[in-house]
Amino acid sequence: MPVIKFIEFDGTEHEVDADAGMSVMEVAMKYDVPGIDADCGGGAVCGTCHCFVEESAGPLPAVDPQEESMLGLRPDREGNSRLSCQLQVSDSIGDMTVKLPEFQM
Amino acid sequence: MNHRAEPMLADPLTTPLEALDVSDPKRFEYDCWQPLFKRLREESPVHFQAESPAGPFWSITRFDDIVEVEKNTEIFSSEPTIAIVDPPPERRSRMFIAMDQPEHDVQRRAVQPVVAPKNLQEFESLIRKRTGEALDALPEGETFDWVELVSRNLTTQMLATLFDFPWDIRHKLSDWSDAVTSDERMTAGQGLTQEDRLEIVMEILEVFTRLWHERVGDDVESFDLIRLMQRDENTANMVDDPMNYIGNLMLLIVGGNDTTRNSMSGGVLFLNDFPEEFARVKADRSLIPSMVSEIIRFQTPLSHMRRTVTRDTEFRGQHMKAGDKVILWYCSANRDESVIPEAETFQIDRSGVRNHAAFGFGIHRCMGNRLAEMQLRVVWEEALKRFSDIRMVEPPTRLCHNFVRGFSRMPVQVTRY
Repeated sequence: MPVIKFIEFDGTEHEVDADAGMSVMEVAMKYDVPGIDADCGGGAVCGTCHCFVEESAGPLPAVDPQEESMLGLRPDREGNSRLSCQLQVSDSIGDMTVKLPEFQM
Repeated sequence: MNHRAEPMLADPLTTPLEALDVSDPKRFEYDCWQPLFKRLREESPVHFQAESPAGPFWSITRFDDIVEVEKNTEIFSSEPTIAIVDPPPERRSRMFIAMDQPEHDVQRRAVQPVVAPKNLQEFESLIRKRTGEALDALPEGETFDWVELVSRNLTTQMLATLFDFPWDIRHKLSDWSDAVTSDERMTAGQGLTQEDRLEIVMEILEVFTRLWHERVGDDVESFDLIRLMQRDENTANMVDDPMNYIGNLMLLIVGGNDTTRNSMSGGVLFLNDFPEEFARVKADRSLIPSMVSEIIRFQTPLSHMRRTVTRDTEFRGQHMKAGDKVILWYCSANRDESVIPEAETFQIDRSGVRNHAAFGFGIHRCMGNRLAEMQLRVVWEEALKRFSDIRMVEPPTRLCHNFVRGFSRMPVQVTRY
């Protein structure tokens, strides 16, 4: 079972065992990790599950056009920005370290 | 609260669907729109209407279908406009809500910082202070109009702050907002004509052009919208394109104005209609943020958004032609029980409370959504500190409008602790 380390903006860390098949967003919601709002429930249509993938054991799937159009509007978008609802926990991605933004909007 | 039935409207359940005008603003005025849209969701979720005051149009009424359409910006364009009525080409102002990519993104990015949560934090204590003052000034033991003294008052103040607008003429902001959305084709003939509206648009342009020139290049530290536009290289010359300048100004004036205003009023109505929920939030104010989302869902301050088909396409088995008008009925999505259980009831802590359609979806999702939520949260925090009761003394007067869902009058009495 992959381990995800969430790091809140203020540095608080949460390390959780993540169920394969859940999205990173769903894992955050399940373990009450603050900093992800997930307004649309995982459809890549709100942008409020924005996160920064600091590290992953394996490669991440490519960003598709819908995710890109939402990420492109995040004022705090970085090179490692992803919508956490579009990242499925899996053994091929493995353990991850995910930083959370100061705000979602 | 009991809502008057309108006997002159065709029965939505027995009349053949093709004989009904889905866009009739009177159903919103009399708050009897719900059964028609429920029937559409069940029987004709992608429904073509050949004739209406705004011409032919498709109605999309299911939540999931609306999400699907909003994701597909290539086929379902936001140009030339995003409400059901078509402005004539010479009177079209350009606002990024009615643009597609890439131009939309460039403009939205320039303007977004005005409502970024960091900026909202700066505004919050000022908003709280003004909210408290407005609530403290309310009379006790006599009926007053919540719409005027609270909703319109506070949202106008907020807008004036966002624009760093001259405080003494701030009432113009809400007057202008109302004027721009009062197209007679959306209000069954009531309200201003297109000529009236054009005159007002000219006044808006004159005032904001003057404000631009007065403050361009000044080094006042401010996050107001005009200075933000001036200081971003992509929009620094916006004043030279008056229709675009006006368009973006009007977008923020309208978008930030009657929507929040009508949700501020709606909350009072819903808490009166669902008194158990009122009791719960009074007993536990940590429910306020969740209640705010539920208020916005239940009010759905803009009943629809519109897209225009760019090329012949098939959607859910229906053939749409290039140029067809597609209306996304947010009000219907927010009552769609296949997505929102018991959608017709107001439940302040329902699960998934933030997953509603009132802000739309995708790249055009409401930019001011956190600002709206913040204003509503502060109003309810401050109101519940002060008032043991906020009682509607008679049914409110609703707007006769098929785009803006709101209230022109809400008679209320408050009781202080």
